Amino acid sequence: MGVRGVGATKEEAFEQAAVALTAVITDPEGVAPSEEIDVECEAPDDELLLAEWLNALIYQVATRRMLFARFEVRFDGSRLSGKAWGESVDVGRHNPAVEVKGATYTQLKVARDKTGAWLAQCVVDV
Amino acid sequence: MDISQFMRHSETEWFIEASGRMRVPSVIYATEELVRNMDQKVFEQTTNVAMLPGIVKASYAMPDAHWGYGFPIGGVAAFDPDEGGVVSAGGVGFDVSCGVRTMTTGLIAEEVEPVKSQLADALFRHVPAGVGSRGKIKLSDAELDEMLAGGASWAVGRGYGTPQDLERVEERGRMQGARPEAVSERARNRQREEMGTLGSGNHYCEVQRVADIYDAEIASAFGLRLNEVVISVHCGSRGLGHQIGTEFLKKMTLSAPGYGIELPDRELACAPINSPVGEEYMGAMRAAINCALANRQIITQLIRLAFAEILPQAELKLLYDVSHNTCKVEEHDPGGGRRRLFVHRKGATRAFGPGHPDLPEVFKKTGQPVLIGGTMGTASYILAGTSEGEERSFSSSCHGAGRAMSRHQALKQWKGRGMVDYLAGRGIVIRSPSMRGVAEEAPGAYKDVGAVVDAADRARLSRKIARLEPMVCVKG
Repeated sequence: MGVRGVGATKEEAFEQAAVALTAVITDPEGVAPSEEIDVECEAPDDELLLAEWLNALIYQVATRRMLFARFEVRFDGSRLSGKAWGESVDVGRHNPAVEVKGATYTQLKVARDKTGAWLAQCVVDV
Repeated sequence: MDISQFMRHSETEWFIEASGRMRVPSVIYATEELVRNMDQKVFEQTTNVAMLPGIVKASYAMPDAHWGYGFPIGGVAAFDPDEGGVVSAGGVGFDVSCGVRTMTTGLIAEEVEPVKSQLADALFRHVPAGVGSRGKIKLSDAELDEMLAGGASWAVGRGYGTPQDLERVEERGRMQGARPEAVSERARNRQREEMGTLGSGNHYCEVQRVADIYDAEIASAFGLRLNEVVISVHCGSRGLGHQIGTEFLKKMTLSAPGYGIELPDRELACAPINSPVGEEYMGAMRAAINCALANRQIITQLIRLAFAEILPQAELKLLYDVSHNTCKVEEHDPGGGRRRLFVHRKGATRAFGPGHPDLPEVFKKTGQPVLIGGTMGTASYILAGTSEGEERSFSSSCHGAGRAMSRHQALKQWKGRGMVDYLAGRGIVIRSPSMRGVAEEAPGAYKDVGAVVDAADRARLSRKIARLEPMVCVKG
């Protein structure tokens, strides 16, 4: 399953890719952004950093049993400092379809297109 | 795919000569129709694998091959550590040791039919399935270490099943060489509450009827009789395996240049077998294999409890437990004498033939059972390993049918509720916590597993022994 985020900035593209990640599991609109968590990761290039960001979120989803609807990303060189807002999984309400195993390097891309918009995407294994 | 890209060596052998950076040729085992319907990435990925250091004899693809992460799914490749051979996390997959376990029950279909619904409910109650489900046991750090070293053997020691079960599991239920200390804190955290859970996606627990027998002698040795009922479970190493796959993908990508490895594709991240990263991965991956074996062993006991409630006369005995996402050290003769090779099977099942020393006595004459899962609306198959398989594919065969369309496309075509009702109309009872999951797993979303199994048979990778039809399916 592919996830893709598009934005005016690289930060926004990463945030939107995280929303797309949630959409693989459930409708992000149905997830209340009640609880905030911090996520930190780093990688030597933008693309590996996208995979790290998504994998960090996948880990949080798995261990906290939460889903996330809103994200905020900040870059500092090779580091990413992020926040995610969400709530505990409610099987009845969220109807989660699949669990995401991990972000892969398949079709992994972080780039600007001709219009200057940023794109961040990869395939995640479900 | 365009078949003119290949040299056809036989009805089921499609050959790509080694050229450019390929160190060995690629061979795809499939019928013409299957090859035509494969995506072009199969060509690309199987030839990329042929470029990896230390690869021996050929890069293989099974009849159910389709694009994967680096390695094609249905990919088989063996590496020689003495020739700079590598080990690749992508060559094993994110769900380390995902596999199938099948048990006979001693019941006939007519005994199960009247209580199908109750049985479905009991299984659904006993076996945690779906996103967010929790296991019934929570392991401490010390217990996790024991599980990672002991596998199904550990589970039996904890009261899940009997020592007889272990004789019917690959590696006798315990993968040697596991290094729990190579398994990260994060991987452990993902697993603590997931022991004995089914997972989601294409994982399932299915009650099946033996609908057809193709080889009476081998079927009899396997304990399979027409119209009798068996149960199959398909799942893997859960969060622990996924986390290990994720972590080593990154580690191997970053360490590859230092080891002088030029990756044809970043997804083919690998490390020399004889290197700290390579050895660490083998230790962690083997621990994940034990996690999958322990998981299926716990689920086995939960299934026995469910049956005891509804059909107390049933006696659930293991036929076999096979894995299809592994890297195992095996002795093979690729030409020039027997060697110790690291055999990657990614979405491919090991299929040892008659006489193999690692097989339990009961399978020495027949070859091992190879358990092939279908969809919840179509048949599954039981095959047997062949002697020819050793020379053709390092004793490997297919594992399933593979998707014919994406989950997204499946959702456009089917609704879960409708699918459940349709299958109920055909006599198949479904239980799942997710209707969307059911739609994504619709039988029509998958390729024809019958065609895949026929091709594996014609290519002499494994022989068709029996066809199973679903009666009850619990999916996550």
